[in-house]
Amino acid sequence: MTAIDSLYVSNIQERVIRLGKATRELDVSEVTKAVRQMCISANYNVPEGSILALKKALETEESSVGKEVLARILENHKIAREECLAACQDTGVAMVFIEVGQNVKLIGGELYDAINEGVRQGYIDGYLRKSVVTDPLFERVNTGDNTPAFIYTDIVPGSDVKITVAAKGGGAENMSGLRMLTPAAGVEGIKKFVVEQVAEAGPNPCPPIVVGVGIGGTFDRVALLAKKALTRSVGSHNAHPMYAKLEAELLEEINKLGIGPQGFGGRTTALGVNIEFAPCHIASLPVAVNLNCHVGPHESVIL
Amino acid sequence: MDRVLETPLTADDINSLKLGDVVYIKGIVYTARDMAHMTVRDKLEKSQNLPVDFQGSAVFHAGPVVKKTHTGWELGVIGPTTSVRMEPYAEMVGKLGVKAIIGKGGMREGSRDAFQKYGQVYLQAAPGCAALLADGIEEIQEVHWFDLGMPEALWVLKARKFGPLVVTMDCRGGSIYEGIKSKAIKTIDALYQPA
Amino acid sequence: MAKRINTPLTDDVVRTLKAGDNVLISGIIYTARDAAHKRLVALIEKGEQLPMDVRGQIIYYVGPCPAKPGMAIGSAGPTTSGRMDPYAPILMENGLKGMVGKGRRSKAVQDAMMKHNAVYFAAIGGAGALLSKCVKEAELVAYEDLGPEAIRKLTVEDFPVVVVNDAHGNDLYEQGVKEFRIN
Repeated sequence: MTAIDSLYVSNIQERVIRLGKATRELDVSEVTKAVRQMCISANYNVPEGSILALKKALETEESSVGKEVLARILENHKIAREECLAACQDTGVAMVFIEVGQNVKLIGGELYDAINEGVRQGYIDGYLRKSVVTDPLFERVNTGDNTPAFIYTDIVPGSDVKITVAAKGGGAENMSGLRMLTPAAGVEGIKKFVVEQVAEAGPNPCPPIVVGVGIGGTFDRVALLAKKALTRSVGSHNAHPMYAKLEAELLEEINKLGIGPQGFGGRTTALGVNIEFAPCHIASLPVAVNLNCHVGPHESVIL
Repeated sequence: MDRVLETPLTADDINSLKLGDVVYIKGIVYTARDMAHMTVRDKLEKSQNLPVDFQGSAVFHAGPVVKKTHTGWELGVIGPTTSVRMEPYAEMVGKLGVKAIIGKGGMREGSRDAFQKYGQVYLQAAPGCAALLADGIEEIQEVHWFDLGMPEALWVLKARKFGPLVVTMDCRGGSIYEGIKSKAIKTIDALYQPA
Repeated sequence: MAKRINTPLTDDVVRTLKAGDNVLISGIIYTARDAAHKRLVALIEKGEQLPMDVRGQIIYYVGPCPAKPGMAIGSAGPTTSGRMDPYAPILMENGLKGMVGKGRRSKAVQDAMMKHNAVYFAAIGGAGALLSKCVKEAELVAYEDLGPEAIRKLTVEDFPVVVVNDAHGNDLYEQGVKEFRIN
């Protein structure tokens, strides 16, 4: 070993020791357990925010057929919760957002294998539908266990691991859209695109829906923002007052469309609009819309 | 002999330009992109004065890289940005008296109409030739709205021989972009069944 | 008041149904979605026999969850019908009388419904747990390899649906939205 080599090795060793002191170990089998549990629980238990919004809508809906639909939906969600059934048969693809604190050392196996194992167990043990095919175009063969999960990882400060599981159904997902607007389009342009997207979707995404909107970032980032917006509960607001105001205005304007519950006509087209935003290029104003039906299963846990 | 147009541009200058002509500009060139256009619109709406006179002017859709020196500003590089983002301002820009718009990618129907109405042309600058284009600029005279950020500010450039620029939209409704797009659509129709 | 109907559907029953009607279906209905439809239509085009007789029948666009022990079926709400639009007219031509799903149908499907006297119902999307309660029996008919997309024969009782497109050219999605739109 040369002098430089040994210096290098000793530096590395020293850093490992130093980091080791601040490191917390987490066995990835804990991740498997948590993911399994959340896949099942999210599909059985419609989020509380959505239930509250549905109850409120039942009071305000003017269409009689709309009222009946809302009452049946609430009954469905109650049955699902009490009898441990999937609220919707489309238990979706498993979206897994994982935030790993940089002081955490993952042991006992590979993180992504552990997540996929959790999805596999959850979808089999929970009697959930398997809706993933191997290849999008040529070999559309069902993988049989709903893997692979769709995983997004963030490295964050601290020693926690936060996992969010969202089951994303196909019907609402297919009604998503993205446009690279230009800065001149402004607030009006954003609003027009979002409302048009919802109008175009009409009855297909199973209204009443939750509308996830991403604004800013890049082509790829804006779609992820819209999806992440849907993991925020219905009835919550963006922390930025201007964006919170935009959420409220969009909700009001969408509910003027008259699409109503299941598209049979009525006032309750959307239960909520959630916006997430990010910095962007001076020439760009990307916008993305990702829709959830009234079920919108998602859950989070901190390990 | 290279054809050099001198600002302020006249109606005769614009009328004489045909699609495919290659020209250079001598005199004053303003830069303006998204934020500058938005600022102009705001000021006009509030009936406030603009810092420069756009009558007979050439406006370059660009965000330059500029260095501050002891004596003023020094231009690094400057290249065109995508012009279609400024399409919503076509009528406003025409009314201001802008005669030549320089950028890349061309503009749409609204601009084509405005060009006929107000006597304007669109000049395509070669994208990605930022150093060559900067070479034709003699000096930076002024900057306005620097608070919008360096690329978004309105820069007043003095050109000795800025170009080469190709006339891609004229003041008679001609546009080379139109032909390219309709040809591409025909190809698509031939390749695939309509939905 | 909901109308009660039994399968198989007769032409007379289909004719009485109007867009906006609340209907409770009892009897046999068949499940099929994208992949199964593709296979059914391929069989028809080759002049071969289908795994079930579609004459007078209703097809439910659904891919259910697996059944828990002691249950006939898992959660079983409708899927988006538009994906079956390319296949629906040829099935109606072969005697299919009803379809259950969610979401808009194409002009071609609506025209075929008028031509062949057929009806399109919507079940509540996202109410799969509730709807599964109306399914008393489920039996695999064909294409087990398709998993949730296999064809199943369901025995249903008072299965709640709403008529969206009737055989007379009416469309609830259009009518309903027109009534409640605020300009």
